[in-house]
Amino acid sequence: MKNNNENQEQKGVTGWIDKRLPIFTFMNHNLRDYPTPKNLNYFWNFGSLAGITLVIMIITGILLAMQYTANTDLAFESVERIMRDVNNGWLLRYIHMNGASMFFIIVFIHIFRGLYYGSYKYPREILWMLGVVILLLMMATAFMGYVLPWGQMSFWGATVITNLFSAFPIIGDYIVTFLWGGFSVDNPTLSRFFVLHYLLPFAIVGVVALHLVALHQFGSNNPTGVDVKSENDTIPFHPYYTVKDYFGLGVFLIVFAGLVFFAPNFLGHPDNYIPANPLQTPAHIVPEWYFLPFYAILRAVPDKLLGVLLMFAAVLVLFFLPWLDKHKVRSANFRPFYKQFYWLFAIDCIILGWVGAMPAEGIYVLIARIATAYYFSFFLIIMPLLSKFEKVSDHLPSSISSAVLSKKFDNSTKESYVK
Amino acid sequence: MDKIDSKNKKTVSSVDEDKRDFLFVTTAGLAIAGGGVTLWSMIDTMNPSKDVLALASTEVDLSPIEEGQSLTVMWRGKPIFIRHRTNEEIDDASGTDVTNLIHKATDESRVKNPKWLVVVGVCTHLGCVPLGQKIGDSKGDFNGWFCPCHGSHYDTSGRIRKGPAPLNLEVPPYEFVSDDIIRIG
Ligand code: HEM
Ligand code: FES
Repeated sequence: MKNNNENQEQKGVTGWIDKRLPIFTFMNHNLRDYPTPKNLNYFWNFGSLAGITLVIMIITGILLAMQYTANTDLAFESVERIMRDVNNGWLLRYIHMNGASMFFIIVFIHIFRGLYYGSYKYPREILWMLGVVILLLMMATAFMGYVLPWGQMSFWGATVITNLFSAFPIIGDYIVTFLWGGFSVDNPTLSRFFVLHYLLPFAIVGVVALHLVALHQFGSNNPTGVDVKSENDTIPFHPYYTVKDYFGLGVFLIVFAGLVFFAPNFLGHPDNYIPANPLQTPAHIVPEWYFLPFYAILRAVPDKLLGVLLMFAAVLVLFFLPWLDKHKVRSANFRPFYKQFYWLFAIDCIILGWVGAMPAEGIYVLIARIATAYYFSFFLIIMPLLSKFEKVSDHLPSSISSAVLSKKFDNSTKESYVK
Repeated sequence: MDKIDSKNKKTVSSVDEDKRDFLFVTTAGLAIAGGGVTLWSMIDTMNPSKDVLALASTEVDLSPIEEGQSLTVMWRGKPIFIRHRTNEEIDDASGTDVTNLIHKATDESRVKNPKWLVVVGVCTHLGCVPLGQKIGDSKGDFNGWFCPCHGSHYDTSGRIRKGPAPLNLEVPPYEFVSDDIIRIG
């Protein structure tokens, strides 16, 4: 079964091309025969969903760029023209707008999946770090995209976020002037943001390709976190996981379409339908929902520079995860203590997101501080300590197959026929 | 592969092939239909938008144009040639033997009022704007228009008489709103 695709020469045009450019062999290896752990659950759908969403964003983005004008006098009008005059322009824009939110939901779930099942550990450290690079690029892309419609939130969001860099002593102001290309957020800022917003998604495509190369080096992790030991632990990607991914895609598209058609502005902010006015700041400026946890960390700290540094650190700390958590067992299913702290951490992130949307005063500041403290303690204190002291659960299976067969593994005990 | 088959032998043999085919065809059919509609609606955004289509008609007041003069107006981003023809030019155009023309059309069929010729000023060869509107322009061998790009000659009815262009200058849809005003489009 293994080598017939490798050695057998295919006939016809496909075969002729494949001999010279082994693209079909390549696809066969990575999308068809590709041996995949047989126990993957639905959390393993989110990688392919993220890839599909990236493609949707690029296609709708290119079509939007054909209608959009990156000039402070015309940008807002051109987006309104997309909404009113361009054929299905409303649909195009709502897909792109809500697609950004869906992209972040998917990627956040994808990351939390990795965090739960220890997918960042040996030998997948680089795979994980490339993922963090993708997250950073996505954040930059989404931030600059939000500036393009040139509404009030676009303008003031851009002003506040670029001003973060002014926190750095001495060079801060120079950095900010450099980012703006002037002395305030203005036309030069808008045109460079548009160019970068167009460029970065293609950089993401490049990093995603590397991410996949790294993935296919050792293959997927799995809910037991135990390495694949033999062929008995795997099934071919096609048809088993193509079908599973396809089903997940259907569910995802229903949610996505529900948002686009029934609540397209639910996740947005109404102030962004007011044209940018450099003379008047809206009463309450909030970033897009996916930045809220980080925004909360920024505001939790009374010191400007420290707040900015902590906010950046909140993302950058993810790079060091493989060395902060050195526990030999990957999956939280077999680490009773880690599991508890993990769920606490997930709740903590939601709390941070919630206080990020609240005004920075009174009780909210206190909550934000406690949540920020836990955020960093989880990575910097709890993880290293657990690596040292947490005992391995005796339920840890010796292989994927034995886990599936012995039904100790909680994923399979859920299915009623097992009992 | 055999490992799966051997393990799932029972399920494999009890597969309902018809049900599978049905599921496969309905799933694929729906995916293709849904994908097609979505793809089309996205591609359709590149078609002329409503604000572009709204520019589709233009009114022109003919009264300032003296006999023998021409006027160029814009319609859908293209030049429209309006010529107030002299009697001589009208006779020339209607007297031509249609059977010898490259693109056969009578002058009558190309005008609403013989005094006024209204044509799209775009050469039917490769889209240049022919000369002949301004005083001093070369009007070509047939006293109409001359396209300098590859040498097409049009007559006083805007018909192609000589050169590489295959068709007569197009007559845009228009109507007389009153004696002196036309609406193009
Ligand atoms: C990583 C993928 C991408 C993300 C996360 C993203 C995110 C965003 C966001 C959040 C907005 C603001 C939506 C609004 O409120 O109107 C936006 C707008 C925009 N994006 Fe993207 N985008 C991506 C890819 C692209 C690409 C590849 C292009 C073009 C080639 C593009 C072109 C545009 C344009 C022209 C706008 C302004 C029109 C509008 O506001 O609807 N985007 N993007
Ligand atoms: S374009 Fe007019 S002759 Fe070629």
